[in-house]
Amino acid sequence: MTRALVQAVRTLLAGAVALCLALPAAHAQPAQPAQPPQPAHSTQAAEAAVRTPQRIVSLVPSLTETVCSLGACSRLVGTDRFANWPPSVLQLPKLGGLDDAQVESIVALRPDLVLAAPSARVVRRLRDLGLTVQVFASDSHADVRRSIDALAATLGDAAAGPRLWAAIERELAAARDRVPPAWRGQRVYFEVSTTPHAAGTGSFIGQTLAGLGLANIVPPALGAFPQLSPEFIVRAQPDVVMAPRREISAMAARPGWAALQALGHDRHCGFDAAGYEMLVRPGPRLGEAAGLIADCLVALESRR
Amino acid sequence: MALDLTVPATGATDHSRRRTLALGLAAAAALLLTAGLWVGSEGWAWPAEQAALIVGQIRAPRSLGALAVGALLGLAGALAQGLFRNPLADPFLIGTAAGASLAVVVVLAAGVLGASAATQWFGDIGLAAAAFSGALGGMLLTLLMARGAQHSLRLLLAGVVVGMVCGAVADLLVTLSPQAMRGRQFFMLGSTALLGWHQLALLGAGLALALPAAWRLSRGLDALALGEDTATSLGLPLARLRGALVLLLALATGLAVSQAGLVAFVGLVSPHLVRRFAPAPHGYTLLASAATGGVLLLGADVLARGLLAPLELPVGVLTALLGGGYLLWLLHRRAG
Repeated sequence: MTRALVQAVRTLLAGAVALCLALPAAHAQPAQPAQPPQPAHSTQAAEAAVRTPQRIVSLVPSLTETVCSLGACSRLVGTDRFANWPPSVLQLPKLGGLDDAQVESIVALRPDLVLAAPSARVVRRLRDLGLTVQVFASDSHADVRRSIDALAATLGDAAAGPRLWAAIERELAAARDRVPPAWRGQRVYFEVSTTPHAAGTGSFIGQTLAGLGLANIVPPALGAFPQLSPEFIVRAQPDVVMAPRREISAMAARPGWAALQALGHDRHCGFDAAGYEMLVRPGPRLGEAAGLIADCLVALESRR
Repeated sequence: MALDLTVPATGATDHSRRRTLALGLAAAAALLLTAGLWVGSEGWAWPAEQAALIVGQIRAPRSLGALAVGALLGLAGALAQGLFRNPLADPFLIGTAAGASLAVVVVLAAGVLGASAATQWFGDIGLAAAAFSGALGGMLLTLLMARGAQHSLRLLLAGVVVGMVCGAVADLLVTLSPQAMRGRQFFMLGSTALLGWHQLALLGAGLALALPAAWRLSRGLDALALGEDTATSLGLPLARLRGALVLLLALATGLAVSQAGLVAFVGLVSPHLVRRFAPAPHGYTLLASAATGGVLLLGADVLARGLLAPLELPVGVLTALLGGGYLLWLLHRRAG
């Protein structure tokens, strides 16, 4: 009995060590996702057609918007469940979210390009199955610009990227000019969730606010979307509060929040669902979102 | 001196029940495997195009993977119930689930927080390896706190404490890095969607290791069932036996959880079903629990894919509903 026990323990330990070593190998990435085979003598046009993806699946709503803004909406064959702009993508098959993507449905659509976000587990699985997957981060204006340029190049029209970004920058500049002078430099509290989470200076929302000439009550050291103590917000006394419309009406009822002078003096921007969604999506509608904020400030100014 | 500690068979009925159960499980497995190849994104239909890719590379490894993960969990459940001599013992009570979950959050948070050399390595190694090491680590921490596996009660208490502490640290990390929360939620629900042939090979290797080891330890479990004092007086090295059982438990649970996340109740319910239908010594019970667990999870996976196709339900939700319902009924029967 004892000898069997000792043997069993030895075998188990050896097996455990072997498995620990084998696990990284089991997740070894293939060196490059398989590229479509290039025939030896092909014309340039044929090569271009082979290289640009014609069936695109996008698992990130902001990347769906980017693809459509670059004029390749017709090449989309499937999106995730949250994509809703432009309205035409609502007709496309929905493939779950980033975390519960329906692998078989995606494969059944025969995409030649899948767009995803970094650290989604499904990326490895799809690459193992031989699909081409590109991941883009979307944490800042610079990330959005990079993803637009990279996608434009992938879609075969590299010039469209800078063109789109130039249009976004024009919208941002126009929004900045619309902000009434009295509101420049005002300190904003932009609420991202009721926990409360705020949009910090380093987030893409914070960058939009900075681009409009507004300040943020959240110092850069706290990060992109910090969870704040309500005391901090009340003590900071923001000049403007920005949140979804239904939250603004409920905000004064939160314990201690009635002390926010901005709420008492009607200095708040409550965005409707569609507008708020545009604000929190780091995609090609950044300029339009900035315009929403500018419009709200203009309305506040006219009410004074 | 080795004693024969097998429960004496009391007649043909016991043997025939065991045989029936074994055959029944084999038949169920074959049936469900076939169903697993037929159900998918188009409901109960063979794919019109890309059949080789869809059936061969997605449905087949996923169904076999569900079978393997369920087998590991069923085995772990039977081991836990034998080790703690408590029919409500669960492989997730001894720090494995908490450790695995914490390791997953660490990897996710590290991947998001920065791209230093260390975090790149972390990201490469992948969530699976992290979960496995986390499960082992959680178990070892529990053993450390309980100062060995001598006392079942102390082990259970240490497991609960380790679970709470690991959970709290994981929550703290998620607060600092909210993007880790999404991946963790997915991990907590359990899913067979990401099982391919690579993962199946790993699971198969784990089973090939665990099942024979379990068979050899089964007599020790039979002795333990007589009571700690009796077992000690029979000359069994109790501490070493417990240690080996705990290690096997961690291996089986860690491997299963690292591939499919936290799948509830399979480990709890499988030994119950086996004991209800065909009471037997641990040698049979352990293997039959593994088979039952495999069949249960495969059945849940087929249902998850087929019920609302092309929508996939998380398999952990189904096992929790079915297993939890069974457990409630069991408790009701005991009380009544």
